[in-house]
Amino acid sequence: MTLDVTSETTELRFPSRIEAVDEAAAAVSEFMNRLGLSEDVAFGVDMAVREAVTNAVIHGNKLDEAKLVELTLRNSPEVFEIRVHDQGSGFNPNEVPDPTKDENILRTSGRGIFFMRNFMDEVDWLPDPEGGTSVRMIKKR
Amino acid sequence: MAELNISERQAGEVTILDMDGKITIGEGSVALRTAIRRLLEEGKKKILLNLAKVGYIDSSGIGELVSSYTAIGKETGQLKLLNLTQKLQDLLTITKLLTVFDVYESEEEALASFK
Repeated sequence: MTLDVTSETTELRFPSRIEAVDEAAAAVSEFMNRLGLSEDVAFGVDMAVREAVTNAVIHGNKLDEAKLVELTLRNSPEVFEIRVHDQGSGFNPNEVPDPTKDENILRTSGRGIFFMRNFMDEVDWLPDPEGGTSVRMIKKR
Repeated sequence: MAELNISERQAGEVTILDMDGKITIGEGSVALRTAIRRLLEEGKKKILLNLAKVGYIDSSGIGELVSSYTAIGKETGQLKLLNLTQKLQDLLTITKLLTVFDVYESEEEALASFK
């Protein structure tokens, strides 16, 4: 893991393994402690980050440790922004079925994106022209 | 220390699993899956999960709860949940799974509910 901290932005890179989820969550927790977010907000952001990094490690980089997951945390007076970038081929989030519909309620997967959207104010996916996919999640301050 | 420690108790025909830790992707989810499979192999089909000390669960862990519920149901067994934390209750509410699971706050009531 490498760490580069400025006054407003933290960037971290993780090899694509399951342990990256806890490592990323710990980094976000430390960042949030400095921002003084409420416990409820911090819980939701933590959950969203864990789900986004899980998706990047498993679905994006397919657990290939040679591929990195990049986490960027940016704080401004208006928003707390989190970006998670993977080196995968991307996907269409609109094709992920709504897990709360009756026909999907007993599915054993597919709730990660639902949690990200539920706990953050904005979530969008951006294909990277240099390759890979970024998910950008925003929590308004 | 393991992410998720599971202790087993027997109350008549009901097996109670006292869970302590996190049910998250990787070790925690696998520990739950392994415990449920073992119980089913042993013919124990009435299972009560005591989640009082589960401080954290992610979408993978919730998926594992659903998987356990359906696996036990296929064997004509019953899975019930006991002592949800407020956070877990909130997560099951927003995913509408609180309407699927049979949830109790009292172990005595939970045990009495098994048929």
